[in-house]
This record gives sequence, structure tokens and C-alpha cells, in this order.
Amino acid sequence: MSIDETIRQVLTDHGRLAVPVETLADDTDLFGAGMTSHASVNVMLALEDAFDFEFTESMLKKSTFESIGSIRDGVAQMTEV
Amino acid sequence: MTTWTPLGDLRVGIDLVSVEDVANSVARFGQAYLERVFTPHELASTRPDPRSGDGRPAADGLAARFAAKEAVLKVLRPGEMRPDWHTIEIRRLTDGWCDVVLTGTAADLAYGAGLEDLGVSITHEGQAAAAGAVGRCRSAPASVAPGTSGEHMSDGGAIQAPEEHEVGR
Repeated sequence: MSIDETIRQVLTDHGRLAVPVETLADDTDLFGAGMTSHASVNVMLALEDAFDFEFTESMLKKSTFESIGSIRDGVAQMTEV
Repeated sequence: MTTWTPLGDLRVGIDLVSVEDVANSVARFGQAYLERVFTPHELASTRPDPRSGDGRPAADGLAARFAAKEAVLKVLRPGEMRPDWHTIEIRRLTDGWCDVVLTGTAADLAYGAGLEDLGVSITHEGQAAAAGAVGRCRSAPASVAPGTSGEHMSDGGAIQAPEEHEVGR
């Protein structure tokens, strides 16, 4: 499964979005699409499980989780060593 | 017709959390969820779930504490930075009421806003948990000194310095 597919699967399972994740563009605002703060915690933990890392506090910005594109950037930042 | 004036130096935050959502998170992520979101004090002071059999905190109490963190966050009004969940600690007092302790980024935000007093109240009923928070700021916000935060103990006292600023109850 590609990084994008994994992110979309995590959002499907944990994002509690009001619309199907397939309909979301890379830059669609996930909070605007119905993701709550609590759901974003689940998304964060599921991403950590899927990609085997732990987000640092500096990454815990609303902008990190606000779109599929920003999540992909965050994952790339956390996995590049 | 009455025209209400702005609250001035008062800030209010409320939040509503689904108890079922929190229960599902505990079931799915277990300790990782509990330890990432809640402090040791919050976990220890939440009534155990009688159905868990292992002393695990009840989801309704956890949901109420999560709602309280969010309500406080709305008082702090962060911009881009999202404080770590542990930096907003909901403390259970011996008489049953709750207080807030801010550390790290949350404490920096409070200091920057000139927050002098902060109070929180939590409740839960059935599948809903809610919390409200009220903060009172000095009229002129202080400039933030990033990375210089200490701990905000909500047991009285004014903001003194970035290293030891306090928020009163």
C-alpha cells in the first residue's frame, strides 16, 4: 500500500469524516470535512502505528493534520532520517 | 433592545465529546492513547470502569477530561502551534472540583495572553461529556517568551515571570 493509500485508509478508519475520503482532494480541509479534535488524535496514533514513528511535539500543529497533503508532508518529515 | 458589551478581559471555551468515541479509542489504541492524551494524575483520578476488571479509567470520565482540555484550549486561543495534551492537566481536587495546571507550550500561550485566572468545570451524562472553561486576562497581553515556560498552578497568584507564571483559580 502506498503512503497516500495508507493515509486515506487511516482517515477512513479514524477520521470520522462527513464525506467519503475518496472525494477529498490533497488540499481539502479535513477539519472542514468533519474531523473533530478527538478524531485527529486517533488519526495521529493510527499514522504512528502504520508508519512506525512517533510525532514530535513540534509536529503537533493543526496544519500537520489539516489535509491529506499536509499529513503526507508530515509523514515524510518523520520518516526521513 | 439590549446591546451587550464584549466580555473584555474574559475568555470562555466549551467543548462536547462523545463518550463512545473515547471508549473506542481506548479499545483500539489502549495504553498508547491513554498515555499520549492524559497525564498520570488524570488517569489516576478518573473513576475506574467497573466493567473493565483491570482498573482502567472509565470512558465517561476520560471524555470529560478531554473536553476540559479542549475547552481550555479555546480559552488559550492557540494559533498554529497545538500544545501537547499533557501541557493542559485537569486536576481533581479533594473536594471533587477540578483545577487546571498548564505547562510547556500551554503555559507560554497563557502567559502571552496575560491569563491570570483560569477555571474549568466538567460533566458527563450517558454518551455525552462536556466541559466549560473561563479565563481572565490582564488588559494588556504580555509578550511571549518562547521556551521559557514554567508551570501554571491554578491555586492563586498572579503571573509573575515567564519562568514561574501562575494562573489563579
